[in-house]
Amino acid sequence: MAGLDRRRLGLLAVRYGLFLALGAWLVAMSLASEHFFTWLNFLNVARQAAPILVIAVGMTFVMATAGIDLSVGSLVALISVLIVTFFGLGLPTGVVIPAVLMLGLVSGLANGYFVQLGLPPFVVTLAMLTTLRGIAFVVSDGYATPVKDDLVLWLGRGKIGPVHTPIVLAVIVAIAGWLVLSKTRFGLYALAVGGREEAARAMGINVRGVKLAVYGAIGLLGALAGIVLTGRLGNGSPNAGIMLELEVIAATVLGGTSLFGGVATIAGTVAGALFINFVRNGLNLLGVNPFWVQVATGLILLLAVLLNTVVNRRVTEWARVLKTEEPESEAEP
Amino acid sequence: MTVPVPLIEMRNISKSFGAVVALRQVSLAVAAGEVVGLVGDNAAGKSTLMKILSGVYTPDAGEIVLDGRPQAFATPMDARGAGIEMVYQDFALVPELSVTQNIFLGRELLQGGLRSRFIDKPRMRERATHLIERLGLRVPPVDTPVRAISGGQQQAVAIARATAFDARLVIMDEPTANLAAAAIGKVRAAIGRLKSHGVAVVVISHRIEDVLETADRAVVLKHGMVVGERRINETGGDELVHMIVAGQDPLRPAGGAAGAPPG
Repeated sequence: MAGLDRRRLGLLAVRYGLFLALGAWLVAMSLASEHFFTWLNFLNVARQAAPILVIAVGMTFVMATAGIDLSVGSLVALISVLIVTFFGLGLPTGVVIPAVLMLGLVSGLANGYFVQLGLPPFVVTLAMLTTLRGIAFVVSDGYATPVKDDLVLWLGRGKIGPVHTPIVLAVIVAIAGWLVLSKTRFGLYALAVGGREEAARAMGINVRGVKLAVYGAIGLLGALAGIVLTGRLGNGSPNAGIMLELEVIAATVLGGTSLFGGVATIAGTVAGALFINFVRNGLNLLGVNPFWVQVATGLILLLAVLLNTVVNRRVTEWARVLKTEEPESEAEP
Repeated sequence: MTVPVPLIEMRNISKSFGAVVALRQVSLAVAAGEVVGLVGDNAAGKSTLMKILSGVYTPDAGEIVLDGRPQAFATPMDARGAGIEMVYQDFALVPELSVTQNIFLGRELLQGGLRSRFIDKPRMRERATHLIERLGLRVPPVDTPVRAISGGQQQAVAIARATAFDARLVIMDEPTANLAAAAIGKVRAAIGRLKSHGVAVVVISHRIEDVLETADRAVVLKHGMVVGERRINETGGDELVHMIVAGQDPLRPAGGAAGAPPG
């Protein structure tokens, strides 16, 4: 029985480790800083995390299929630049917003098209990373331009009741993502494609269609996050979203989504995005040099991958060994 | 050789891959409740023939007739829709998904009404448990991920999946190749159970013992042609092995089988 308890504890620690770490950090920071455990600060962190979470929901699906999308940060920059360019041409809001969302979708589908041909997602989206960023600089000539449109500003810094618009958007995207991933055929098929593509194909699943769809979805969500960030910054800049892809990937992997596909949860991704932003926020409140915050983010990503791969496998194997030993120990009395 | 009213007939099937001729004018009939062992050397055409039957490949020539009606299977889903299921040699299971999710993969049960796009997990779990019990197979709880169960149990899940939707013909590709001795007996018993339920079974196997143990009839392929066939109760391992190696039917002198290549 002791073996059983140890096994359960081990598995629970691995599965819910992030939630425990998040909880521990919240308690520790609340004791360390009087400004931390306040409604205002929580809203602040949630607002920071919102655009990352919006894209990370898409990344959860992409990683479920054993893929990755490195181009999302550059996409955010391109969308940001295109918004101010389109407004500069005198286009109305009702055209600009749908147009940039559509372009995000197309950019994602382009990634998906090359991936479903069999090219490695890492290389395809790395190429797209530099391509999109380059286009953003060409279009903007390197300059940031202020945005004055009311809707874009509201999406970036407005409020719905007591809560900021980006938070509301992120909550809606996360709930939709959770429903699709855990309750629909599409979510299951994304996991099946990432788990073992050949088996998915043999069972009649449209593997190419699933891949196209997940990259299309993250493109659309990247464009949405791009609109939000443009509104928050108040300008369209080709330097927007630099290194954003790494924060998104860190949040997703930290949440327990497997880099090798087949395992993914939205709840984990939400906790991962919050964790990264709470750590950053806490270090800021403690007055730590902001450059160290970047280092902390990098180390957290490394730790997350370590937990995600080596530790997770070891604990699972250890638990299985304990499980097979159980009947003997139970037979003794 | 007389075959009872065939459930399924493959007539004069030919298939080439580029310059390589995989199958020449192969015919095969299987009756309901009959177990046919498909034997032959590597590259004899066994797997290609069964992949045509299960909709993975389309034949260059020839036809498939089910219940007297010609069929055209463009995809594995078409064949599964007609009640033809395949148990793959590597089981074709997704390790990360649960036993239930694997059994229903591609054919999930959905909830009704407003939630008609949502998967009906409780109903699937219940049916998966029932299915495995009916097959007399022992498998851990149906929520366990497949990667956490043994090879024999994975085979059981693959068989449960093949029989979950009123299968009429189950094709088993080397069903004992990846199994320990204890699990082989269970697979043989499962084949017997399918037969008793009136399901036709085609077993592709290198292992002559498997065929002698489970099949009613053995069909020998070599170089993409049918060399000969035998009722199991009228033959033995030696004769089958001889046919596989020589590529000739000793009861049909050379020259009788048109174009048989010299051994």
